[in-house]
Amino acid sequence: MTLPAPQPFRTGDAPLPEIIILTHKLTREYDMGGEVVRALQGVSLQIKHNEYVAVMGPSGSGKSTLMNLIGCLDTPTSGEYWLNSQQVSELDDDALARIRNKEIGFVFQTFNLLPRATALHNVELPLIYAGLGARERRDRAAQALERVGLGDRMAHRPNELSGGQRQRVAIARALVNRPSILLADEPTGNLDSTTSGEIMGVFRTLHGEGQTIVMVTHEHDIAAHAARVVTLRDGVIATDQRRAA
Amino acid sequence: MPVLEAFRLALLTIRAQKLKSGFSLIGVFIGVASLIGAWSIVNGVNRYMTVKFAQTLYGVNTFQLRRRPMFAANVPDSVWRAWRRRPRIKFGDAEAVTAAISGPVVTAWASDENVSVFYGNKEARDIQLTAASERYFDIKNLRIATGRAFTAQENRSGVPVAVLGEAVAKRLFSDRNPLNHSVRIGGIGYRVIGVVEHQGSLLDFPLDRFVVVPAQSPAQSLVNPPGVLDALLVKAPSEEAMRDAIQEAEGVMRGRRHLRPTQDDNFVLETSEGVQRFWAGINRILMVVLPGVVIVSLVIGGVVIMNIMLMSVTERTREIGLRKSLGARRRDVLRQFLAESAAIASVGAGFGILAGVGLTVLINAVSPLPAKLSPASVVLGVLMGTGVGVVAGVYPASRAARLDPIAALRQE
Repeated sequence: MTLPAPQPFRTGDAPLPEIIILTHKLTREYDMGGEVVRALQGVSLQIKHNEYVAVMGPSGSGKSTLMNLIGCLDTPTSGEYWLNSQQVSELDDDALARIRNKEIGFVFQTFNLLPRATALHNVELPLIYAGLGARERRDRAAQALERVGLGDRMAHRPNELSGGQRQRVAIARALVNRPSILLADEPTGNLDSTTSGEIMGVFRTLHGEGQTIVMVTHEHDIAAHAARVVTLRDGVIATDQRRAA
Repeated sequence: MPVLEAFRLALLTIRAQKLKSGFSLIGVFIGVASLIGAWSIVNGVNRYMTVKFAQTLYGVNTFQLRRRPMFAANVPDSVWRAWRRRPRIKFGDAEAVTAAISGPVVTAWASDENVSVFYGNKEARDIQLTAASERYFDIKNLRIATGRAFTAQENRSGVPVAVLGEAVAKRLFSDRNPLNHSVRIGGIGYRVIGVVEHQGSLLDFPLDRFVVVPAQSPAQSLVNPPGVLDALLVKAPSEEAMRDAIQEAEGVMRGRRHLRPTQDDNFVLETSEGVQRFWAGINRILMVVLPGVVIVSLVIGGVVIMNIMLMSVTERTREIGLRKSLGARRRDVLRQFLAESAAIASVGAGFGILAGVGLTVLINAVSPLPAKLSPASVVLGVLMGTGVGVVAGVYPASRAARLDPIAALRQE
């Protein structure tokens, strides 16, 4: 079913408190050797606390660009981006790094674990940049690993873990700083279907515990795990559908 | 990320990439090792020169009246010729100077020549013959091991007696007691009355190959023309007394030589400072050459580290992107890579210190150079090594810090 029109938002407003992510007429243009590529052409999107949203779209639709903007890895050409009641579209590099550290937990298609570090150390990384002491880091990283069912694999290096376990380490790392949103970019792209199901199970549990999840995928059966599917096409939102719970 | 954390991480990375890190720290390793080794030599020789050399050749608070300096570095020919034209020091000069010095000093005459000393059919070649007065032994701090030194009376009357250096006694008499035997010097027999204690060597130069005879004995004709001596040795009880005595001696000598106030001295009053100046001249040359060597190897070390770090940044682009996505700020990444290159250099410097210390021990063991480890060189080695690492790391680290996280994450 199609959503009702989103809450009208005008420049100068502040988003309602339950809105975790709000983009307003977000555009992003790239200069590719003199040719301007308009990857996003005015995306307005609101995501509430504890929503589970899948972003879909063919390649070149702008979903990666949107993902990077939501993840504060990139800044928009124009428009507003509010994350957790804070307008982040205006922030500088260091402030963005802080937001990424505190508010966002990334899960990547290729896991992006440090190969020479143990699972525990990998999960500790965000806490290092948060400035936590060694003991607290270890405790919290261990908790996060237990939460994804890897309490007995903490001392293992990535090459001693299966693909599903690696992705669960990555999820633990994403969650360890208690972020506002879990941002997953094709989280099952490198996994077989059994393991994909396993990871989706983890996501479902997390969602059940109140975690807000935004997931980019091009697989419909993966997107089907989400409660809401936003489809992009040519840099704009084509459809925005909520699945009946 | 705190600095300590960055350093810990850096050490982990180094440990994980032993071979690569090993290559990259070679330059700093060599630089620091050569710094410490070379410094040890200079330091050791320096100490030797100031403490042992100067005191052995001159004695404490002692000066010598001579025609020209005993040691001089880099003397032009014209100066040498002028020195050779100077009048010699006469017995009369020595007596007048001795009489004129008001303080309680000890004086001795001394003239040297290289001779052969014979006993029976045995010959000791290349022996320093010193024709000296009786206080020579006190001033030179030569203790008699067996027998006695000659007396003032023996000196005045020119009795042909001799005090042997240990090496000469060994050479001519082996293990037998040389006392009261007669050795021949310049065809004249001298009765051995004493042997001096073992003196060791100075920079591989043996100090026991000498014979001392009374200044006015027949040996005078071997060492100098009649009435002429090489040096008057004057030992004062303190440095201040020595300065005063030098002034008095200079006044007397200028008077005896009829020098006008505008004319320079045509004699020298040389203290151990003169030897030390001579050494300082050599030292200055070393101090220009050595830092050159050290700097070259440290620069090479820096370039190597910079290269390795650039490689490392390229190899770990994805890791940098990941760290940035997890909240690393530019300065965190910068610090991480700076710490890494500083750590590589510090480890290199650490090994360099070990090697430098080892080198010092080795030099002492196998060469005559008296190397002595200088703590300053160790401190400097650590500072320079780490400094090189930091400087070499700046460019690679700033490249890493500037990486765009999106592009970095996308890289394979």
